[in-house]
Amino acid sequence: MSWQGMYTLFYKELRRFGKVALQTVLAPIMTALLYLLVFSHVLNEHVSVYNGVSYTAFLIPGLIMMSIIQNSFANSSSSLVQSKVTGNIVFVLLTPLSYLEFYLAFLASSIVRGLSVGLGIFLVASFFVELPLHNIFWLLIFAIFSSAVLGSLGIIAGIWAEKFDHMAGFQNFIIMPLSFLSGVFYSIHSLPEFWQLLSKFNPFFYMIDGFRYGFFGVADVSPYLSLLVVSSFWLGFATLTLFMLHKGYKLRD
Amino acid sequence: MSPAIQIENVHKHYGEVHALKGLSLSIEKGEFFGLLGPNGAGKSTLINIIAGLTRMDSGRVSVMGHNVVSNYRQSRQSLGVVPQELVFDPFFSVREILQIQAGYFGKAKQSSAWIEILLEGLNLTDKADANMRALSGGMKRRVLIAQALVHKPEVVILDEPTAGVDVELRSSLWRFVKELHNDGHTIVLTTHYLEEAESLCQRIAIVNQGELVALDSKESLLARGVGSTCTVSVTLSKPINNLTDSLKNKLKSCDENRIEFLLNRDTDTIISLVDNLRMIGAEIIDLRTEDADLEDVFIELTRQVNR
Repeated sequence: MSWQGMYTLFYKELRRFGKVALQTVLAPIMTALLYLLVFSHVLNEHVSVYNGVSYTAFLIPGLIMMSIIQNSFANSSSSLVQSKVTGNIVFVLLTPLSYLEFYLAFLASSIVRGLSVGLGIFLVASFFVELPLHNIFWLLIFAIFSSAVLGSLGIIAGIWAEKFDHMAGFQNFIIMPLSFLSGVFYSIHSLPEFWQLLSKFNPFFYMIDGFRYGFFGVADVSPYLSLLVVSSFWLGFATLTLFMLHKGYKLRD
Repeated sequence: MSPAIQIENVHKHYGEVHALKGLSLSIEKGEFFGLLGPNGAGKSTLINIIAGLTRMDSGRVSVMGHNVVSNYRQSRQSLGVVPQELVFDPFFSVREILQIQAGYFGKAKQSSAWIEILLEGLNLTDKADANMRALSGGMKRRVLIAQALVHKPEVVILDEPTAGVDVELRSSLWRFVKELHNDGHTIVLTTHYLEEAESLCQRIAIVNQGELVALDSKESLLARGVGSTCTVSVTLSKPINNLTDSLKNKLKSCDENRIEFLLNRDTDTIISLVDNLRMIGAEIIDLRTEDADLEDVFIELTRQVNR
């Protein structure tokens, strides 16, 4: 392993999103807080999902996980598509970095960005609502695994996309709908049976449900099932990403 | 002793297009080597295969004895490539870019002093902390060269490094590259400025339509041009407009009373040219022969293949 080479790529990716932190970290925190303000103001008195848990408290883990999902994906995908479109990806491809080191560096930076945004929302939201912490292990494992799934998916999308329009399509027609329809704003038990069944085919539902279990100790499905689903998706996307990188798909023609 | 770059029977297709057709050549350590060819000849494909940016269909390529596929880590450590396009990362300053590039090669810590030398050698010290977006095209070109050299490779490939660069910068870049060559680096140059290749390169390969059409020392290539054709420049006392068909067939250019003829050394003589001109009443006041330059050789060789 070229540890220094891999660390350099990871560090470069951190610096890249750090240099535009207003857009990459603070803006998503602001967006999540606006959702929190509007939805909690409108629904807090009218909706109760779990016994003894206010709607605002219920909403926060969902918003945190939704932001983790979207930002982990955005980190690797936007970095790769920008590098490809501007041509500077060549500086990484000319180096002795292996495809595994390439993957791990992009993955780690996506996880860090996802967790930074998630932590930011958690800290700011804590000023408004006192959140219980049932089990920090579940909370962390779902935060890390989920950002790893989306970081990997972001690499796949970044390699596949040939222009920014492709990426916008991926983001707006796959990531956004799946994250909004995954139980961020509601429990799937409040849905009709058909939509409950459909929600169970959405991997983002398991990310949010397992993450919420870390806060409240209650969830729509078993956290073990959620962990199995999320880790299986990571394994699947990681395998596909490594295969694409190994073959040089759309990178080394 | 293994050569700096060894290319053996390399084939590459892009769909129906056969971009490289079993190309083989060897570049020795310490050479200043020119790789020439018209647009679309396969030069960039070949460079990309050497650098690992493109995968060949078949064949074998090694850099400093390291196979570019099976031993890519060592081959890429030995190689620095200056890409043709002015590409840059808009998030970073010049110094940051160089530090990052050195880090990719596992040389972050030991590269600080070398980065300063590169900045100074390429007249970039004043711009070291400037963002890449703020630099002119010429400055960006210099950063590309610094990036290619930051890990101290033994072999440096410059893919049309002076395209779009002004005359002053071009000469300062060549001074720097000559110093690199004098320090023992193997330099591979592709360029459209044939006078550059003629003045810098020791050996030259000409590629056309994916095939090697010439590989020789500069002197041998130029001699090859001298051997087949010869340009004769004639100045007359006044312009004439009654050239015979046989003279028109040899005509290269005509500007008032100055006419250039391209003679075939095997079939034509200067005496017969002078006799033919006298026969139509031309009065010769000056006559010169010009040796072929690399451009003549290049045109002749690529024309033969295109026929």
